[in-house]
Amino acid sequence: MSSESFQLQILNDLNSLNIIESTKLQYPNVSSQDVIANLNSLVSYDKIKYDTLESIYYDITDEGKDILKKGSYELRLIQLLSAIGSLSLKDKNFKTEDMSANEIKLGQAKAFRNGWITKTGEGNLVIKDGAEVSQLPDVTKQQLELIEKNQLETIDNKTIQDLKKRKLILQKKTVSYKVTKGADFSVDLIKPETEITSDMITSGSYKDLKFKPLNFNSQGVLPESGALHPLNKIKQEFRQIFFNMGFTEMPSNQYVESSFWNFDALYVPQQHPARDLQDTFYLKNPLTSDLPEDKQYIENIKAVHEQGAFDSIGYRYNWKEDEAKKLVLRTHTTSISAAMLHKLAQDQKPARLFSIERVFRNEAVDATHLAEFHQVEGVLADYDITLGSLIKFMEDFFSKMGVENLKFKPTYNPYTEPSMEIFSWHEGLKKWVEIGNSGMFRPEMLESMGLPRGLKVLGWGLSLERPTMIKYKVQNIRELLGHKVSLDFIEKNPAARLDEDLYE
Amino acid sequence: MPTISVYKKDLFKALNRENYTDEEFDALCFDFGIEVDEDTTEEALKTNTEPELKLEIGANRYDLLCIEGIAQSLNEYLGNSSAPDYKLLKPTTKLIVEQSTEQIRPIAAAAILRDIKFTQKSYESFIALQDKLHSNICRNRSLVAMGTHNLDSIKGPFYYRALPKNDFKFVPLNQTKEMTGGEIVDFYNTPEQKSNLGRFTHIIQDSPVYPVIFDSEDTVCSLPPLINSEHSKISVDTKNVFIEITAIDKTKAEIVLNQLVAMFSRYCAEPFSIEPVEIVSEHNGQSRLTPNVSLRSMEVSKTYVNDALGLNLTTDEMSAELKKMSLRATQSSKSEDILDVQIPITRPDVLHPCDIMEDVGVGYGFNKVPKDGKLSNSSFIATPLPVNKISDIFREASAQSGWVEVLPLTLCSHDENFKFLRQKDNGDKVVELANPKTAEYQVVRTTLLPGILKTVKENRKHTLPIRVFETGDVVFKNLEMERKAYNERHWGAIYVGKTSSFEIIQGLLGKIMQTFRTEWIADFGKASSGRGFWIEADPENTTYFPGRGAKVIFRNKEGAEPVVVGEIGALHPEVMNNFAIPHAASYVELNVELFL
Repeated sequence: MSSESFQLQILNDLNSLNIIESTKLQYPNVSSQDVIANLNSLVSYDKIKYDTLESIYYDITDEGKDILKKGSYELRLIQLLSAIGSLSLKDKNFKTEDMSANEIKLGQAKAFRNGWITKTGEGNLVIKDGAEVSQLPDVTKQQLELIEKNQLETIDNKTIQDLKKRKLILQKKTVSYKVTKGADFSVDLIKPETEITSDMITSGSYKDLKFKPLNFNSQGVLPESGALHPLNKIKQEFRQIFFNMGFTEMPSNQYVESSFWNFDALYVPQQHPARDLQDTFYLKNPLTSDLPEDKQYIENIKAVHEQGAFDSIGYRYNWKEDEAKKLVLRTHTTSISAAMLHKLAQDQKPARLFSIERVFRNEAVDATHLAEFHQVEGVLADYDITLGSLIKFMEDFFSKMGVENLKFKPTYNPYTEPSMEIFSWHEGLKKWVEIGNSGMFRPEMLESMGLPRGLKVLGWGLSLERPTMIKYKVQNIRELLGHKVSLDFIEKNPAARLDEDLYE
Repeated sequence: MPTISVYKKDLFKALNRENYTDEEFDALCFDFGIEVDEDTTEEALKTNTEPELKLEIGANRYDLLCIEGIAQSLNEYLGNSSAPDYKLLKPTTKLIVEQSTEQIRPIAAAAILRDIKFTQKSYESFIALQDKLHSNICRNRSLVAMGTHNLDSIKGPFYYRALPKNDFKFVPLNQTKEMTGGEIVDFYNTPEQKSNLGRFTHIIQDSPVYPVIFDSEDTVCSLPPLINSEHSKISVDTKNVFIEITAIDKTKAEIVLNQLVAMFSRYCAEPFSIEPVEIVSEHNGQSRLTPNVSLRSMEVSKTYVNDALGLNLTTDEMSAELKKMSLRATQSSKSEDILDVQIPITRPDVLHPCDIMEDVGVGYGFNKVPKDGKLSNSSFIATPLPVNKISDIFREASAQSGWVEVLPLTLCSHDENFKFLRQKDNGDKVVELANPKTAEYQVVRTTLLPGILKTVKENRKHTLPIRVFETGDVVFKNLEMERKAYNERHWGAIYVGKTSSFEIIQGLLGKIMQTFRTEWIADFGKASSGRGFWIEADPENTTYFPGRGAKVIFRNKEGAEPVVVGEIGALHPEVMNNFAIPHAASYVELNVELFL
């Protein structure tokens, strides 16, 4: 029977019966796959509705059929015993024409449990005194007979389980369907249209057609698309904040840096732990840099480290040019800020600068540390700045990403004084969390460059990865930056929107 | 920043307030500028030990490296006490520095803590402070090393000399066998000792002479910076402590000695009194009495401080804030605006009036200073860095074309940058790292390809095709420049699939070129003399399959000389195998900066 004629038959049957109680009974010769396929097809046009009916039945196994025919092993064992009197337990392979050794063994177990037989002192099996052989009931056989007649309601579940375990019956399931009329029931197979086509529009045929309603409980087909990396999306948000506040992007595309700009210019003494091989990547090829051409600047740096200058007593050690010439991968973008501020000394006016770029630390890699990460850095140079200006400015800056309620903690940083860690209240963790670092650059650093005393410079920084990990709920930094990222994660990531609940 | 452990109960007791709540104590530390890193109260309950606080302190505050110093400073900050006056007793002995020490560690200093009474805890703190100083300011004993001895077991005057390693012998601390200097270094170089004192043997082991401190009877006191002698070992019961310092940096030597005596002279019969030692060091002009505990003076302008903090404090108000920070300030007779600030030996971090300004700020409270600071109203014109602006055009055009942006690392192995790409290192362009902790970080990449291939490898189970791109920096050596290397912004994009599909990556190149008003020019650039691009076979580039690699040529404007702007091709199967990618791929990489 073709699909179409079977579907028509269902519709006609439904028309006359009003309800098809069971497709299994109605169409016993149609496979259940065919039934469901055709029902679904009709359902999709709202011609019909159906409910699934599941019922359990049991097949009797070959062994069960054998018992139905000959009686249970236990009863046959009793009959055997009553014929031969007793059976030696030692003879494990004893069998008769009628019963196998295994059947005798299975019969023994059951007959013992039923209390029909007993063991003599000599190890022989005999029928227990008082057991009336002819009156013993064959319960197993009776149960199987009930199952054969499908009178399942008279058998308890424990018996069923027991018979299943004894492999006398097998559980089977039948599926059938109860069919009723759908909203668009009719006895024809005219199917509503699924799509509005351009032909229908130009011919106007859509006016006479029936359309299938859309299934709104569905997701649709997502478009194939490219995607930008979440870290760069957050970077873009930060850049917008900086641009909105009048900051110009610094030329921070310089990974290889001299120790001079990375450390000495920032008033980091030459024995400072940050310069340790443990923390900083040094280069072996090329090995050393030149020093800046501004000789006065070099002299100032030497003096301010060695014996002090510009009102500073200095670190009082022998400053070595060779140490300053060692090439490193920059450990912060502040090396570029320093070079920019040195330039500013030629044209001493207020300035606002920023960069968001990669920095390098010789770290052992783990879930929160990578040898490379991005630093967000802002530098603001202005006359007559106070600590309050810095605090106020930080509040404005962070409020642009929805972070309010800041607190400032004194901290130490070789190139800023005062130095302040910036904390914000974390509603989820119920504690203050550090979100950035800030300070006013030291006079030793600025005056060595030739900047006037009145020009104060604020600097602040934070990592780009941390807010990104919070925003995109990434636990392991290696799953964000680097090759271990999942492309699915990049493809599915939402817009950055820093202003939206960042630290909550 | 160093972290130190203190017993919570002891610290609260020292602060005269045993019922601090966690919030109150956190707030105190926050305002003062130290951080409670960890509180072991909960663990301690389980293990039945005493609760400890792990405090993170500023790397320049060596006076806060022990509970004595933290309690002292916080008490002053809270107004519970004033900074102690350190006094010197009469010297009774000398340390004679011989010229031979010039060859290895020329600076020495010493002091004596007389009639000291340790408890088990203060003794442990004394030992721990030495460890902390050794690992911080002393840079793992390389700059400065200290030794502390039971003075009653040795006899001054003391001699500091340098002599060949086998010309002296003694029983090192906690050992039983007498060994020569050479044997001692060998002993600490054994694998069992390597992570312990073996960490310091390199400081002296290759020197022709080793530094040794002897007493007047030629008993060895120590072999700095390695080990003291068992003979002069100190214990909790030691009554008189001899401290010797050897160094190559005098400033740091004195800071270290000062912190030791400042912190532990409080336990002497006469608290805060120190017996100095006469250092005889004629050959280098370093004869002097150590330690020098006198206050250091610095003048600071009140106007400077007030202007920097946005405050208007009087002399008295400013002095009160500074007193909280261990600094004593009085009105200078020189000028109404000048404060004379006296700095105790515990505060060697004060280098410049800005440090005093900050202390006024901390004393006053950073979170209380007025926030009405005015910033310049100059209108600032914000501009992006040109190369970043161009990068963004590449990034957006790539994503719009269906490519996914990735951000691999810039550090990679030498093989990944060369051999795996079937390229040779001519030694003329790649920057190499000297000391990477992670073995695979050997060079800074000169192409974006290794990172892109590694990202594809990690995602090789992703549905095909895989289309990813990166806009990032590569680094080239250039010995003409101040920093001997420069970044170059590149853009790279790959198509990975069942087939190499060169025409797809070629199409992406065309799309990107379109966004830069650069049309394809037929006949290898001959069809037009205007702005445009074309590609030309490049049999030299072995990263690509033979016959399937090309140069991308770009002519900027009518009549301009065409330049190579990048490369394109079907990647060689060996390259795919080297990165364990079981697919075929085509790749394009351009130098972004030529579009500036």
